[in-house]
Amino acid sequence: RRAPPGTAAMSSGGTLSILRSDSYAELSQYRDQHFRGTRYDQERLLRKSCTLYVGNLSFYTTEEQIHELFGKSGDIKKVIMGLDKVKKTACGFCFVEYYARGDAENAMRYINGTRLDDRIIRTDWDAGFKEGRQYGRGRSGGQVRDEYRQDYDAGRGGYGKTVQCQ
Amino acid sequence: SNSSLESNLEGLAGVLEADLPNYKSKILRILCTVARLLPEKLTVYTTLVGLLNARNYNFGGEFVEAMIRQLKECLKVNMYNEAVHLVRFLSDLVNCHVIAAPSMVAMFENFVGVTQEEDVPQVRCDWYMFAFLSSLPWVGKELYEKKDAEMDRLLSQTESYLKRRQKIHVPMLQVWTADKPHPQEEYLDCLWSQIQKLKKDRWQERHILRPYLAFDSVLCEALQHNLPPFTPPPHTEDSVYPMPRVIFRMFDYTDDPEGPVMPGSHSVERFVIEENLHCIIKSHWKERKTCAAQLLSYPGNNKIPLNYHIVEVIFAELFQLPSPPHIEVMYTTLLIELCKLQPGSLPQVLAQATEMLYMRLDTMNTTCVDRFINWFSHHLSNFQFRWSWEDWSDCLTQDLEKPKPKFVREVLEKCMRLSYHQRIIDIVPASFSVLSPANPVCIYKYGDESNRSLPGYTVALCLTIAIKNKASNDEIFSILKDVPNPNQDDDDGEGFTFNPLKIEVFVQTLLHLAAKSFSHSFSALAKFHEVFKTLAESDEGKLHVLRVVYEVWKNHPQMIAVLVDKMIRTQIVDCAAVANWIFSSELAHDFTRFYIWEILHSTIRKMNKHVLKIHKELEETKARLARQHKR
Repeated sequence: RRAPPGTAAMSSGGTLSILRSDSYAELSQYRDQHFRGTRYDQERLLRKSCTLYVGNLSFYTTEEQIHELFGKSGDIKKVIMGLDKVKKTACGFCFVEYYARGDAENAMRYINGTRLDDRIIRTDWDAGFKEGRQYGRGRSGGQVRDEYRQDYDAGRGGYGKTVQCQ
Repeated sequence: SNSSLESNLEGLAGVLEADLPNYKSKILRILCTVARLLPEKLTVYTTLVGLLNARNYNFGGEFVEAMIRQLKECLKVNMYNEAVHLVRFLSDLVNCHVIAAPSMVAMFENFVGVTQEEDVPQVRCDWYMFAFLSSLPWVGKELYEKKDAEMDRLLSQTESYLKRRQKIHVPMLQVWTADKPHPQEEYLDCLWSQIQKLKKDRWQERHILRPYLAFDSVLCEALQHNLPPFTPPPHTEDSVYPMPRVIFRMFDYTDDPEGPVMPGSHSVERFVIEENLHCIIKSHWKERKTCAAQLLSYPGNNKIPLNYHIVEVIFAELFQLPSPPHIEVMYTTLLIELCKLQPGSLPQVLAQATEMLYMRLDTMNTTCVDRFINWFSHHLSNFQFRWSWEDWSDCLTQDLEKPKPKFVREVLEKCMRLSYHQRIIDIVPASFSVLSPANPVCIYKYGDESNRSLPGYTVALCLTIAIKNKASNDEIFSILKDVPNPNQDDDDGEGFTFNPLKIEVFVQTLLHLAAKSFSHSFSALAKFHEVFKTLAESDEGKLHVLRVVYEVWKNHPQMIAVLVDKMIRTQIVDCAAVANWIFSSELAHDFTRFYIWEILHSTIRKMNKHVLKIHKELEETKARLARQHKR
C-alpha cells in the first residue's frame, strides 16, 4: 500500500519538521576558502556568529543606508564596508555585526533578498571579521564576481573587469 | 479539492490504523502536536481522529486522554494560546462523534464556572470565557441540539459576566480613538456579538470546512467517549494569562464592491477567517514565502475577499498595542512576498489600505502612526519610492504639526535614510518641498572666517590642526587648557570641572572632522574617549555634550541617534543624561519628531537589557556563593 500524500508530515524523520522549519536562518553552502582553520571550526563559528556578510550592494550604497535597513532587525554593533584593495573605495559588499545572534537571524529571515538602494541584496552568515577581510579578493582589487561577469551593472562599475580590458 | 482531501484522509486513516500496533505512542504524540500547533487545519485532523476512532475505539479513548493531559500541562505552564487550540480541537471532536456532546457541555460549564471564582485576575476568567465562546463556531450547533437548556444557561451566565467585567483597558489598546467608520471593539464583546448572531441564525455556520460531513455514515456508527470531568487548574502566583485585545477592523463590504462580499463585523465567519489567518502567521512567521503561500491558499478564496482579509489581519498585528506579536520588519517583508505572488491584485488592496490609513491619521494612536511610517517608508524603498504623492496634496494646506503633514514629513525623512537627499527631492512634486527633509549636513560653528570673533575660535583652529596631525589625548588636553570657563565667576569651591566652552570647542571640532561617515565618528569617539570622559564627568558635562552633538547634527537625526547610542555604550553619557536632554526646554520644539522617540525608546531598551544582565549576574553569583557555603 502506498502512503497517501501528507504522510510526509507524519514520517518518523522529525515530527512536524515543517513547523520548526527556519530555512532562511540556516547556513548556506558557501564556505570562505581563505578561512584559517578546519571546516569544523568554521561551521562552529558560523553557527554562533552575530556577523553577516552582505553582498550585491551598489558601490554607492553608504554605511548610513546599511545601518538604517539592518537596524530594523536589531541593534547594530558595527558595519564594516568592503573596499577595493587598490582604490580603497567601496566595492559592493560589507559586514554587519549585531550584538545578539537573534537579531542577525531576523536579518537573514526578513532583510536578505529584499532591496537596498533599489538592488536585491544577499546576506549570509560570516565566521567573524578579521583585519584584511574588508578587501576584495579579485585581481583588479574589487570582488571576484566583478572580475569575470559579462553583464553591464551601472551600480558596480559597469562591465566586469575582464570585459573592460578587452 | 474536497474529493482529493477526502480520499487522502481515508487512505491516511487506513495506513495509521495498520500502524497502530507498532507506532501508537508516536501517532498519539504527533496528533496531539498537530492539535496544539496547527489550528488552521483543525477540522482536517479531527476528521482523521474521527475515522481512526471509528476503526479503533480504544485508540480514540487514549487520544482523548492524551489531549486532556496536554491541556492540563499547557495551562500549568501558561501556554494559553495553545490551550485554546486544544479546547477547540476537543470541541470539534464532538462533530466527529469521538466525544459525547453532554460531556463537552459539562467541561464548558466548568469553564464558565471560573467567572464565579473570587479574588482572581479578570484575565483568568476572560481566558476561560474565550475558550468557551471561541469553540462555538465549530460546535455550537451540535451542543445546542443536544443540550439546549444547559447551553442557554451558559450563554446567560456569559452575558452577565461580560456586563460586569471591567473594560478600562479598551482606550489604551484602540488603534483609532474614533468609532467611525468601524468601532474598535473589545475582543470578548465582539465575539459575544458574533455568537449571539450565530445563535439567532440557528447556529448555521457556512464558512468552516468540515471534511467529516462527507464521512457522516461512517462516523455516526462510531462509539463516543465521555470527557473526564475537567477542573480548571487553580490560579497561582506564577499564572500569567493572555492580555486582553481590541479587534482591529479597517475594511467592510463596501471596500471591494466588485468582488465577493466581506462577512460583516459581527458574523461568525469573520471571526473564523481572522482566527485562521492569525494562526497561519503564527505557524509560519519564520518562513516568509511559506507564510505568504499558506495565507493565499486559505480555502474559500472565491467566496470571500481574501486579499482584504489578509491585509487587514497583517495590519491588525502590525498595529497591535502594546506590541506586535512579531518583529515589525517581518510584516513588511511578508507583504512584499504577497505582492510578488499576487501582483495583479494585492498591491492595489495595499494601496487602498494605505490611503485609508492616511485618511484616518487624525485619530490614530501615535505609536501606531510611528509603525505606519516605518512600514510605508521601508515598503516604498522596495518599489523605487513610487507613490501618487499628489493625491495627498490636501496636507500641504494644513499646519505642519497636524497629523497628515507630519506623517508625510516623517515618511520622507525615513525614505531619505534608506536612499539619499536628492532622491527624495526628485520623487515628490515640487509643491511638497515644504515637507522634504533637510539636507543632512553637519553644522560647524567655527568653520567660517566670519565667526572668528566667537570665543574658542582660535582654540578650535588649533585643535583641528592637532587632530589632523594625530595628536595624543595629552596634547588635546593641553590645547584645551587655554579655553576660558564662562562659569568661572560662579565657581565657589574646588573640583568644579564643568566648562561648557571646552566641551563645545572640542566636540564641535571633532565631530566636524569625523563627519564623513558613522565609522569615522565612531573612531573619533573611541580615539578621544579619555577626553570625553574627563570633559563630561559631571552631569552638566554630559548634558552639554549632548547639546553640542545636537547643534552640530540637527540636520541629520540619524547621526544624532547613532552617536547617542555609541556614547551610552562607551559610558561617555548615561541614560539619565539622555532623558534630561530629551525633556529639556531646548529640545521642546522637536518633541513630537519621530527621531526623539526613537532615541528615547532605544535608550530605555539599553537600560532594560543592562538591568536584566546584571540581575542575572547577581543571581548567578548568589548561587555560586550558596554552593560555596554548602561545602
